[in-house]
Amino acid sequence: MSELTINPGVELRNSRLEIHHFRVRLAIASIFVLCMFTLLFVRFFYLQVVQHDYYTTLAEANRISIVPIVPNRGIIVDRNGVLLASNYSAYTLEITPRKITDVEALIDDLSTVVEITPRDRRRFRKLMDESKSFESLPIRTRLSDEEIAKFAAHRYRFPGVEINARLFRQYPQAELFSHVVGHIGRINTHELEQLEAKGIEANYRGTDYIGKVGLEQSYETHLHGTTGVEEVEVDAAGRAVRTLSRSAPTSGNNLVLNLDAGLQEVIYRAFGDFRGALVAIDPATGGVLAFISKPGFDPNLFVDGIDPVNWKELNESIDRPMVNRALAGTYPPGSTFKPFMALAALTLGKRRPEQVISDPGGFNFGGHFFRDDKVGGHGMVDMYKSIVVSCDTYYYVLANDLGIDNIANFMAQFGFGSRTGIDITGESRGILPSSKWKMDRYKQKWYAGETISVGIGQGYNSYTPLQLAQAIATIANDGVMFRPHIVNYVEDIVTRKRTVVEPQPMRTLQLQPEHLAVVKKALVGVNKEGTGARAFAGTPYISAGKTGTAQVVAIKQGEKYIESRVLERHRDHALFIAYAPADQPKLALAVLVENAGFGARAAAPIARKVFDYYLLGKQPTPLKPDEGAAGARD
Amino acid sequence: MPVIRRLTRLLTAHLDTQLLVVLLLLMGVGLATIFSGSNQSVPRISSQVANIMVALGVMYIFANVPPHFLRRIALPLYVFGVLLLVCVALFGEIVNGARRWLYIGVTRIQPSELMKIAVPLMLAWYFDRYEATLKLKNYIIAALLLIVPIGLIVRQPDLGTALLISAAGAYVLFLAGLSWRIIIGFGIAGAACLPFVWGMMHDYQRQRILTLIDPTQDPLGTGYHTIQSTIAVGSGGLVGKGWLQGTQTHLDFIPERTTDFIFAVFSEEWGLFGNATLLLLFLLVIGRGIVITANAPTLFTRLFGGAITLTFFTYAFVNMGMVSGILPVVGVPLPLVSYGGTSLVTICLGLGILMSIETHKKLVQS
Repeated sequence: MSELTINPGVELRNSRLEIHHFRVRLAIASIFVLCMFTLLFVRFFYLQVVQHDYYTTLAEANRISIVPIVPNRGIIVDRNGVLLASNYSAYTLEITPRKITDVEALIDDLSTVVEITPRDRRRFRKLMDESKSFESLPIRTRLSDEEIAKFAAHRYRFPGVEINARLFRQYPQAELFSHVVGHIGRINTHELEQLEAKGIEANYRGTDYIGKVGLEQSYETHLHGTTGVEEVEVDAAGRAVRTLSRSAPTSGNNLVLNLDAGLQEVIYRAFGDFRGALVAIDPATGGVLAFISKPGFDPNLFVDGIDPVNWKELNESIDRPMVNRALAGTYPPGSTFKPFMALAALTLGKRRPEQVISDPGGFNFGGHFFRDDKVGGHGMVDMYKSIVVSCDTYYYVLANDLGIDNIANFMAQFGFGSRTGIDITGESRGILPSSKWKMDRYKQKWYAGETISVGIGQGYNSYTPLQLAQAIATIANDGVMFRPHIVNYVEDIVTRKRTVVEPQPMRTLQLQPEHLAVVKKALVGVNKEGTGARAFAGTPYISAGKTGTAQVVAIKQGEKYIESRVLERHRDHALFIAYAPADQPKLALAVLVENAGFGARAAAPIARKVFDYYLLGKQPTPLKPDEGAAGARD
Repeated sequence: MPVIRRLTRLLTAHLDTQLLVVLLLLMGVGLATIFSGSNQSVPRISSQVANIMVALGVMYIFANVPPHFLRRIALPLYVFGVLLLVCVALFGEIVNGARRWLYIGVTRIQPSELMKIAVPLMLAWYFDRYEATLKLKNYIIAALLLIVPIGLIVRQPDLGTALLISAAGAYVLFLAGLSWRIIIGFGIAGAACLPFVWGMMHDYQRQRILTLIDPTQDPLGTGYHTIQSTIAVGSGGLVGKGWLQGTQTHLDFIPERTTDFIFAVFSEEWGLFGNATLLLLFLLVIGRGIVITANAPTLFTRLFGGAITLTFFTYAFVNMGMVSGILPVVGVPLPLVSYGGTSLVTICLGLGILMSIETHKKLVQS
């Protein structure tokens, strides 16, 4: 330490002190370092030991993606196996709007590679408005092999656009079955909420489509099937790296219908240019053999979302092709109501069959003259004749004798004014007038005068063709009533197990056989010697029927309805109800032809063709206009 | 062969064995992790090996440069660095919305990187120069020397680098004996200033801090990195998923897997045991640095050595803190482990200086 004495001190002592101070500071810094590293260690311990399970789950969820495998939708065939709704697989070009900044520009660009029509664009824009942005939406469907190859070569230019193989729904019979088979369409927000409410949205993961109307909607749960899942390992970009496990989907069940495609086509053609509806039922089972609402539309347009132009055309057409006339259209039954009135009179003891009234050509009630269709009247009329010649006066008087509430109570058991419960939705109830109904509806009491025209199926009366068909089928089946059903059975395509739709009768009406016999005999008379005789001349089978005409516009009192003077859309609707063979009915039907005039002329010949085809296997010959028209009036 | 032995001793005279062994171990960990993180890319590895060679070369050179030489270049280097920063502010290139780069004929340079060394060097030189007569005035001047470059870097904006340089400067001030009263005073003033700092921040900087508080707020945006790296760390568990087996890593969920987020890869594959080992290795480097600093002969070497050591600690802490979700995402690599030449060279340069301080102290004293 000798050199230290050379410098007498201050600086050296300071220096030592300084080193001491420095080392204290350094020690503090070291403690700080240790604290921070301890903090890190604690954090690691927390993440890797305490929260390890949680983060493992997250990492697995990151890594593993559950990919739904959409089941094949069940197909729909008619009673003879004719395809009504089937699936085909095709390639689609799809855009995920979320990944695109300027969709229009992209579509312009795409159209240089793959043909994109203005219709495709319109449809795509509509889809985009309706769907959530993360979905990939088809811009083109049914790409050809050449188009696929062309796009593949340019695909680097189009991030967010991809080609997918998808199953598509096809309706080979197009408009023939549009109102009964219905169609599927893309699932919308409302339907998604419904699925969630039912707790079955998981089964719809990956499914874009759902039944919208008709059987496609009402049998959705059967047709859809069970979605399978595939566990795949994915990277951060969502690309599948490998499959970890897979459970196969179960295809939806097939529907085998009671409908007969051949019959359906015969009917559709028989309508010619007329609009209308026809429902044919097997009276012994309630199976619906034909269900027509004309005009129909092409359901294939709806599968991928209809484009606005086609939609507008369908929706605004004066023919209203979107309306299911057979199910939801309600019409006054006209004279087809008379057999039921007669049955009511017999059952309630208001008439005996042989009881005769005089028809002077009308009925005067409360200063109002209710005109009979035949000028001068039918003379002396018993029950048989009243139906065969369709005498209005007989039923004016009868209605007045029965009173509205007796009529309503009796008619209700035939299903008038209530839904038949057919296996498609959207059914109208129709209107079965009664004093209670009028009070509920209009807050007014029923006037006795209003009962009179109810007797001939006019007035407030308004029913669907389906209700009429069910009612006549019930008469044909001697009062044993079935719920009409379009589907015969649901077939499990794996086990081939068939689940038959409701073979049990709904109810048996309290009718006397002798009363039924009177009415049925009269119905046979209609086609033998009455208003239906012309149309049914020369049939090898015996048929029963009743014509009807429903007024579209009211005719002023004392004025005569002259068809040629009335606007086409204001002309009367023609109606006909029938069944055959009369002794053992195989088919009962109701047919309505809009604005076609008298039921005998326009509606009965269609019914004839149905029976000829169904009972005899006869293909109809083209009908000369006005054939069978000049015969008896309604 | 005494000649060879003497030659070897001459060549390795200025290397510090403990530091060298630990840093080589860390580089080895880095290579193994880069191999995994890059999906076993050989080019990545060879490129990093080249980086390591360069960095070791730089370290070797600086280990042999005597500290008094550094003291001599402190002022010019600092002035040069500040001038470059001014140039960046005036003519810098904008990359990703930040003006950080300067184009100098052939290549782009990032002058803020230079300041990571120049600022603590300058401060250490300054305190050393006025060693005998340190007054409050000197601390204020030192603070100004610190604030000027930091201000320029904050403006770029490059908050991460600014914070690291501030830390380095603050370490020098602290080690130089800044009075506790002032430190506490500044602490309180700083806390009071936070709202203003918040007001001055850029949106993306605020977002990073908000994301730290609640990463789930924006899981696909700014929170994504933090969420995914935290999942990687947590799912690693005690012993990890095994080398090359990390699912977060190999399915691309971790961003920047070989650079800033390499620790997530390591942590996922080696678990808590691996993390503890890594912490230990870092502690060994830091501990050795502290021992060297404590025994350093001059105030200059003490301050500079201390700043280097603590900056190294800061890098490691900030990076691991960011990956494990306790610090905001700032662009700080994990020292000696992350892929990339610049940071490797800067770190090795610092470690070389530490070795130089250790191995030249006898010369100074004699």
